[in-house]
Amino acid sequence: MPAAPAPSGVPATRKVPAGTLYRGREGMWSWVAHRVTGVAIFFFLLVHVLDTSLVRVSPEAYNDVIGTYKNPIMGLGEAGLVAAIVFHAFNGIRIILVDFWAKGPKYQRVMLWVVMGLFAVTMAGFLPRHLMHVFGGE
Amino acid sequence: MTTIADPKAPRPPKPRPARLTTRGNTELYGWVFMRASGVILVVLIFGHLFVNLVAGEGISAIDFGFVAGKWASPFWQIWDLLMLWLAMIHGTNGVRTIINDYAERDGVRLALKASLYLAFVVVVVLGTLVIFTFDPCPAGSPADLLPSFCTTA
Ligand code: HEM
Repeated sequence: MPAAPAPSGVPATRKVPAGTLYRGREGMWSWVAHRVTGVAIFFFLLVHVLDTSLVRVSPEAYNDVIGTYKNPIMGLGEAGLVAAIVFHAFNGIRIILVDFWAKGPKYQRVMLWVVMGLFAVTMAGFLPRHLMHVFGGE
Repeated sequence: MTTIADPKAPRPPKPRPARLTTRGNTELYGWVFMRASGVILVVLIFGHLFVNLVAGEGISAIDFGFVAGKWASPFWQIWDLLMLWLAMIHGTNGVRTIINDYAERDGVRLALKASLYLAFVVVVVLGTLVIFTFDPCPAGSPADLLPSFCTTA
């Protein structure tokens, strides 16, 4: 759907600068979200490799540290990380389709709604089960 | 008789940008790698999350015995090794782009990238060593912390 060209004489109070198809719109916000989730996942990955490396120290050392993660606060953090990676993964596929599929640029906005839909379905499958493990006391 | 130009005559200098904007095709290869690794990472990471967080008892089942049980099989060793390397290269390259975008002062940019590359080397080397030197049944550990195959063998 091509955006209608900005009509001449738009009121000066318009928030979006005239003549842009990008700034302040879906394309920009999905890029911001992709960037923020990418960095968050990266820093989590550094910590995740370090704590998993404790299996090389001793079973007790690993179980002690993982044990400190088994509380509701960390459980919610894990849910947030899964949400971040699920969005980044689906939106990453969207970026690849925009770049390589001939009709990708035309459908980039539709594809963002598909990403949001797949995100909602995936999280609806994951969250109840995960929260049950976190709050259900084993 | 027509005279042809002396082949050694000075040529007009080629117009060049004032500053070379790229050295070779490295950035192109990085761009392609982000996309290729992304496709593979979807499979590796979704499989990882499903097996560790959703199947069976989910996250509450994760302990030494769980990890040892997985890494006793070369299948999960290779899976996790691939995931470690691809995610670390993809993530490090992505963060490098972000540093280049926002850190404008040369000193700050250099320091941030030096720490980034140091973190990359430490995490990739450590992770790789752990996957390959890991012993699922360390001698002298209480049997109830170990996977069941340590005692039945
Ligand atoms: C799950 C599968 C994944 C897919 C499909 C994916 C896809 C992508 C794509 C297509 C890009 C854009 C690159 C570009 O614009 O040139 C990207 C950027 C990025 N990714 Fe991923 N990625 C995945 C996993 C990860 C993981 C595990 C991490 C962290 C370790 C990560 C961190 C980043 C970062 C930091 C960026 C840079 C963002 C930016 O420049 O704005 N990604 N990803």
